[in-house]
Amino acid sequence: MTTIPLFHVLVLSSLLFAIGFIGVVARKNTLFILMSLEVMLNAVGVAFIGAGSAWQQADGQVMFILILTLAAAEVAVGLALLIRMQKKYRSLDIDLLNEMRG
Amino acid sequence: MTLTFIMLALLFAGALAWFSENRWQGCAKWLALIVLALLATVFTIFVISHDQPFDNLQVLTRVSWIQTFNIEYSIALDQLSIVLITLTWLLAIICVLVSWQEIKQKAGFYYFNLLATIAGIIGVFVAVDMFLFFFFWEVMLLPMTAIIAIWGHEKRHFAALKFFIFTQVSSLFMLVAIIATGYFHLLVTGELSFHYLDWLALDMPLSLTQYLMLGFFIAFAVKLPSVPVHSWLPDAHTQAPTAGSVLLAGVLLKTGAYGLIRFVIFLFPQASMQFAPIAATLAVISIVYGAKMAFAQQDFKRLVAYSSISHMGFVMLALFAFNSIAFQGAIITMIAHGLSSAALFSMAGMIYLRIHSRNLTDMGGFWQSAPRMGGFALAFAGAAFGLPGLANFIGEFFSLVGVFQVMPTFAIIAALGLIGSAIYGMVLFQSSFQGTAKQEILDLSHRELLICSSLFLMLLVIGLYPNLLLNFSFGV
Amino acid sequence: MLLASLPFYPLVSFLLLILFAKRLSWRLASAISVGAMALTALVSGLLVFELSNSSSHFISVDLWHWFSLSSQQRMAEVNVSFYLDGLSAVMISVVSGVGFLIHLFAAAYMKDDANFSRFMAYMNLFIVAMLILVLADNLVLLYLGWEGVGLCSFLLIGFWYQEQANVLAARKAFIVTRIGDTSMAIGLFWLFSSFGELNITAVSELIRGVGSSEIGFSLQESTDIYWIALLLLGGAVGKSAQLPLQTWLPDAMAGPTPVSALIHAATMVTAGVYLIARMHSVFLFAPEVMNYVAWLGAITLLLAGLAALAQTDIKRVLAYSTMSQIGYMMLALGAGAWSAGVFHLMTHAFFKALLFLTAGAVILALHHQQNIFKMGGLLKRLPFESALFVVGLICLMALPGTSGFFSKEAIIAELWLSTTAGPALWWCAIIGALLTSIYSCRLFFLAFLGNERFTEKLHIEKASLMRSALLILALLSLFGGLISLDLSEVFFKIKAEELISVNEPSWLHTIAIATPFVGILFSWFYFKNYRVDSNLEDGVKTNLTASEHRFAIFCRNGLGFDSLYDVLLIKPYQLLAKLNRRDFIDQTMMSTAWYVGLWHDVMTMIQNGNLRWYLAAFGLAIMTLIGVSIL
Repeated sequence: MTTIPLFHVLVLSSLLFAIGFIGVVARKNTLFILMSLEVMLNAVGVAFIGAGSAWQQADGQVMFILILTLAAAEVAVGLALLIRMQKKYRSLDIDLLNEMRG
Repeated sequence: MTLTFIMLALLFAGALAWFSENRWQGCAKWLALIVLALLATVFTIFVISHDQPFDNLQVLTRVSWIQTFNIEYSIALDQLSIVLITLTWLLAIICVLVSWQEIKQKAGFYYFNLLATIAGIIGVFVAVDMFLFFFFWEVMLLPMTAIIAIWGHEKRHFAALKFFIFTQVSSLFMLVAIIATGYFHLLVTGELSFHYLDWLALDMPLSLTQYLMLGFFIAFAVKLPSVPVHSWLPDAHTQAPTAGSVLLAGVLLKTGAYGLIRFVIFLFPQASMQFAPIAATLAVISIVYGAKMAFAQQDFKRLVAYSSISHMGFVMLALFAFNSIAFQGAIITMIAHGLSSAALFSMAGMIYLRIHSRNLTDMGGFWQSAPRMGGFALAFAGAAFGLPGLANFIGEFFSLVGVFQVMPTFAIIAALGLIGSAIYGMVLFQSSFQGTAKQEILDLSHRELLICSSLFLMLLVIGLYPNLLLNFSFGV
Repeated sequence: MLLASLPFYPLVSFLLLILFAKRLSWRLASAISVGAMALTALVSGLLVFELSNSSSHFISVDLWHWFSLSSQQRMAEVNVSFYLDGLSAVMISVVSGVGFLIHLFAAAYMKDDANFSRFMAYMNLFIVAMLILVLADNLVLLYLGWEGVGLCSFLLIGFWYQEQANVLAARKAFIVTRIGDTSMAIGLFWLFSSFGELNITAVSELIRGVGSSEIGFSLQESTDIYWIALLLLGGAVGKSAQLPLQTWLPDAMAGPTPVSALIHAATMVTAGVYLIARMHSVFLFAPEVMNYVAWLGAITLLLAGLAALAQTDIKRVLAYSTMSQIGYMMLALGAGAWSAGVFHLMTHAFFKALLFLTAGAVILALHHQQNIFKMGGLLKRLPFESALFVVGLICLMALPGTSGFFSKEAIIAELWLSTTAGPALWWCAIIGALLTSIYSCRLFFLAFLGNERFTEKLHIEKASLMRSALLILALLSLFGGLISLDLSEVFFKIKAEELISVNEPSWLHTIAIATPFVGILFSWFYFKNYRVDSNLEDGVKTNLTASEHRFAIFCRNGLGFDSLYDVLLIKPYQLLAKLNRRDFIDQTMMSTAWYVGLWHDVMTMIQNGNLRWYLAAFGLAIMTLIGVSIL
């Protein structure tokens, strides 16, 4: 079995991260922003796993599991907020939330 | 103590006017007038009855104030400050008289501000502890800004802000210089001191004094004002209510000149002498540029404002000539300009009251319906362009004679200002009072007649008998 | 004491008139003002009498101490004090005498004006200032009078201030003379800084003393004297309407005619001549400047004569003629013929006042018609005025026997041999005399001969006040030349007259006397169509018009000086003022405020509360940071 070189993994993860980031920045719908955040988290996860296998250590996988739980918790809170938002504004447009002007 | 009492009395009377106006409509102006007249009398009696001559600075009060920094409450008088305070009293009374009908809203608060400004101005003229001086410098500034910002014309907020920022920023330079000099005193004598007389005794190296001098110079040059930091003045004068303009032009500008004399030239003689060519150049530019700008204006008050810049240029030029004749000239010009510009601004106020415009293009032919007003306008314009027989001529003549002995070229260029002043004087007088009559206006009322004739008489008396002022040595 | 009181009579009258302005009836107002002038004239006469009988050459009186200037060298006391010597005696006689007659005339002339008492008040104030000017014992007091007459001239030119043209003429007169005044003021500063004196007698004695001594002046001192003389000349040139500051005088004719007679012919415009004569000690030691004075006078005399030839307005002809006659006086002063210059000043005051007043009477008769091409044939209609005008003109032309003859001949006689003048200037004077006689004839033919070119009925004023004033002036003009002026005490000569080895050519006097006749003869034929009543020839009224030749128009407009100054000085100044109305320094200062405001806007734009923007900025910054750290 040929190992996938770390470089390729990192390229994949940076691409994913970039896609996720662009998604966060460019999307107005908060749901999609949350999904893009997931993509970014997963990009980081991929990088951790790749790194873990490259150095033959378990830390990467531990970190990945940590990220997974974190992501789950985040999505739970995020979706709850999303529902409140939908109820209050009848929209998921995140730009409606700039009431405090920064 | 008398002086302290006078200043406190002014503030107290101001507060009283503020509160009593709410109860009895129209009493604030009477109160202000009476208090000013009374205190002016008190001051005169105090000066006359004082047993020591005021040839040199007479320290009257010296009490410790902030002991940590050895700051004292110290006030003193000499001939220079007495003359300027007398001018302040006169113009203060004129100010109340010109506001008589103009100020209708918040009159009580207005007179409070007016009296507070006057208290600040008197404080500036008597303070000899530099911290105290700075304190009064700021006290004078705030109520003045309020007067412009609350009772001014259409662009009053802008003008007040501009006035405040210019003065405030420039006085920061002075604050730095004050602290630095005080610290230097600590280094030399081992003790912090902000007292003017201590500083006079201090022997400072030229390399240091030139920077300290510059700090003071900037603050006073802004107040004077000199080109290129003059530009707050046209706005502030134009937008201020009549009394504000009178007080600004008549006395506030003189605090700049007073500062130049006392805290630049007397305190740092050598550094100022070294700096003289630059200061004289700025002064000459102010004279010519101010005259030229005045010609270009269409706003009555703006025109007079620029003419003030031109006149104060004469003061600065004369001061930096380091010549006794020029020095006397500078002082007479200060007084004369105080009276003549106050007169012109009052005139502007009277016209504004009648036609609700300051624009020269709206005026014309007033002489027909208001011959007395026209006569006085001509006389005051004449004073502004240095008609012999009136006070300004003596001032300019002395200044230029003195400057000519030291710096002939500067004097010749400054003399071009005489032509410039004739041009704007003519434009001012002719476009308001001559030409086809655009509308009829009422002639001077008795109160206005009193204002105009008293100012004119003073100009005439100083013009024909300048020894009233020339007999003083002013500490030279 | 009599001397000290002299300016106070008209001053009191001025104050009364200005204070009670419209409450005074015509009778009372004219009684006050003319009475004050009569008193002034009387006192002047007494003073002159007293002076001629007194043993010293002067009378002086101190009023009060004005101020003192202390320089390193000495203390110069500047007092309000009067000094009367031969020269100022001539001046006060002219000012108060001619002034009185003109007041008399004016009282009748201005009778119907609504602002009569204001007018007389200004006239009185003018006399006050003029008396101070001529009596001043120091240059600062002289300057006070000098500016005072300028102000009065301004007020009187713009007396009918509702007309914009008059307002502008007044402004022009004031500003142009002010340029000269400033030059004079600088002259005073210079004088004080090099000699430490401003008292006229003291300065003169100081300069004479050093100049006549063995040592003489140092180089520095003679440069100083040169510049002082030149700067004083600048003042004189402005007031006396000589080149290059002459442009205000023709426009000054916008004022009422008595004003033109009093201020712009007889008294104020000659103040420059008086100044130079008064300060002759300074000028004597600056021979170059004397030469300039002579040349300036000569050139003005010729150019003004030329311009007078092309005018259509009767008062403007006389204004240019005044300019040209003052040119003669300047020429005399430049040549060192002080007495002759002052003598001409006096006779000129007589006949020019006469000419102006008669012209005023004619203008009044023609309902304010001033164009000579719309007059004609007045000799028959207004015989009294015409006769007086003729008297004035023959004096102006200097026909033998008249006062003008004596004074002008006195000037011309001294030119040829003068060290600071010479034959070239002599010829200028002769050509000037020729021009004078030609324009005088032209004026006379056009206005008084030929056919009548006006249609309105004449308004004939027979006020005895006016007529008596005119008559006395006419007598003075005719016989004023017989007054002998002895000013030898006043004017100082550098050294005793050397015996002149070169004799002047014998034909000089013949030519000088013959010149006006040549001019008259020439005009008689050249201006035939002006003179001859064309009605008789063809029965049709031909309308004469002024020449429309380009050169004629050029001359009529004052030889282009106005447009030259307009292009060179006035337009650029106005343009500069207009361009910079908003004050570029202020704009620069305010650009700081604008800059702060700009950043304020940028910063608020960033803080928009939009999370995604923050995130984008965050990402961008991280990428930049990474990029920078990699590179």
